[in-house]
Amino acid sequence: MKNFSGNVLFLDRSDINTDEIIPAKYLTEITKAAMGPHLLEDLCLKGFVPGKSTRDKQVVITRANFGCGSSREHAPWALETNGIHVVIAASFARIFRQNMFNCGMLALELPEAQIGTLFDTFAAFETRLEMDLADSAFTLAAEGRRERCIFEISPFDRALVEAGGWVEYADQHY
Amino acid sequence: MGRTIVEKIFDDHRIDNPFEDVHVIRLDVVACHEITTPIAINDLVARGKDRVFDPDRIKAVIDHVTPAKDSKTAAQGKILRDWARRQGIRDFFDIGRNGVCHALFPEKGFIRPGYTAIMGDSHTCTYGAFGAFAAGVGTTDLEVGILKGVCAFRYPETLRINLNGRLPTGVFAKDVILAVIARLGVGGATNKVIEFGGPVTAAMTMEERMTLCNMAIEAGGTCGICAPDATTVDYLWEFIQAEYPDRDKALESFSAYQPDADADYADVIDHDVSGLEPMVTFGHKPDQVKPVAAMTDQKIDQVYIGSCTNGRIEDLRVAAAVLKGRTIAPRVRGIVSPATPKVYRQAMAEGLLSIFMDAGFCVTNPTCGACLGMSNGVLAEGEVCAATTNRNFNGRMGIGGMVHLVSPATAAASAIAGHIANADRYPAEGAQA
Repeated sequence: MKNFSGNVLFLDRSDINTDEIIPAKYLTEITKAAMGPHLLEDLCLKGFVPGKSTRDKQVVITRANFGCGSSREHAPWALETNGIHVVIAASFARIFRQNMFNCGMLALELPEAQIGTLFDTFAAFETRLEMDLADSAFTLAAEGRRERCIFEISPFDRALVEAGGWVEYADQHY
Repeated sequence: MGRTIVEKIFDDHRIDNPFEDVHVIRLDVVACHEITTPIAINDLVARGKDRVFDPDRIKAVIDHVTPAKDSKTAAQGKILRDWARRQGIRDFFDIGRNGVCHALFPEKGFIRPGYTAIMGDSHTCTYGAFGAFAAGVGTTDLEVGILKGVCAFRYPETLRINLNGRLPTGVFAKDVILAVIARLGVGGATNKVIEFGGPVTAAMTMEERMTLCNMAIEAGGTCGICAPDATTVDYLWEFIQAEYPDRDKALESFSAYQPDADADYADVIDHDVSGLEPMVTFGHKPDQVKPVAAMTDQKIDQVYIGSCTNGRIEDLRVAAAVLKGRTIAPRVRGIVSPATPKVYRQAMAEGLLSIFMDAGFCVTNPTCGACLGMSNGVLAEGEVCAATTNRNFNGRMGIGGMVHLVSPATAAASAIAGHIANADRYPAEGAQA
């Protein structure tokens, strides 16, 4: 399984689409690694600096409907090649969410109010997340603040992550 | 309890139900283009699994950047082309025969009522117009689809939208779907299939239904879907006549994919279109929509007519009717891209291409091109485009550019005016103003 712990990047906006995560002009690349330098390049968000804000981050926490728009799996790959294997949001677009689990990565949903609390408590600080996938929980820590959150993950999504992705799972079953 | 259209299709195609709410379905069509497929092909090769589940159920096209614009896009085309040849995929469409996938594949009769289809392209939801379940997927789902002919979905809930009333003259399917997206919001149909019904849907042509279903994804919908009817049979007849003694028998067979009267919907929305005006998006989300009449001070630099949303022959006819005998504003660059060679040829035969060219438009070959800012009409920073496409995302048609989504009629009128404009300003030649 991939690493699911690390430093948190907070993206304080809903409806961040896959064109913002990786612009279409990079879809002519035929390796996942080529996406790396262009992660979130077209995201206009106060305080966010493309190329800089994502450095040494392994987790994204954001608002609702993350990953809407294009079906491009280049979006999860752009995250993956930057070492980001977890996105936590109030909700996801269907295709993006499926693409994450298909790649053996986590797209975790928490209630909107709880996401709001996490932003209020941690977004202003350098925050680290420790994943405890076995217990469906993670702990956020920053500046003496600490919070453990329980999440739901369906048995299928867990099976995909444990198998390493949908290709591996399908190979075993179909 | 009765079932919705998509529930019937899922029940017909389920091969596994490994976990509650996870349904692995068999696929009738796996469609491929040169942007999202090459990485799947390369991965299959790397895994020593360079094969396909059924070459006849795989359809492939080079459409996003064609002809290739540089070495990278040439390499993408080559990977798809070589693979199609190697795997014996007969329905592969290259230069001269290629067009925008979601216009081309329906036009070839590949999509039928009750079918399941996936493609590594979010606008695959277009095919729901035929009473099929069709979903855009990522490259991994596509890869497994190519290899095994299956895909896993959560059992989608159905959101029913009854389009009621009567569509006013000069208001089109594009205006309807923009209004529906505004009502639902960009995440309003996430994980749901939008089943379009009501008298307005029933009266629509297949092309209009495709425009409706095409933008279901802009409300987050997995698929848009319309019940198959006589209109569907007529459209498909040339492809299915060997299978049925007559159209009535085909219709009877397709009636298996009617929703039941007591089907269980997540929600039923009655949406009256009688008072609808031509609509236009503002901002960078497709749910930011207002009447064209409220946006007429917006100057534009470019008009783009084309794409899987509105690049079909009916769209070109509507735009040409507005443009006939007129010229576009000097400050505006007009680009029209007939979505397929058939549309191109038809437009030529009907004299539409001459009308576009006389008006000052450039006619390009069929391609996705400018819609996603890859080629054939990318905007410079600060430029504004009125487009018949499907996304107004920030940077979509070029970084720093602004896209306003409109119907072909509004696009044509805006090209003449030099700003966002309602087509009722430009009545067809000979018609009463």
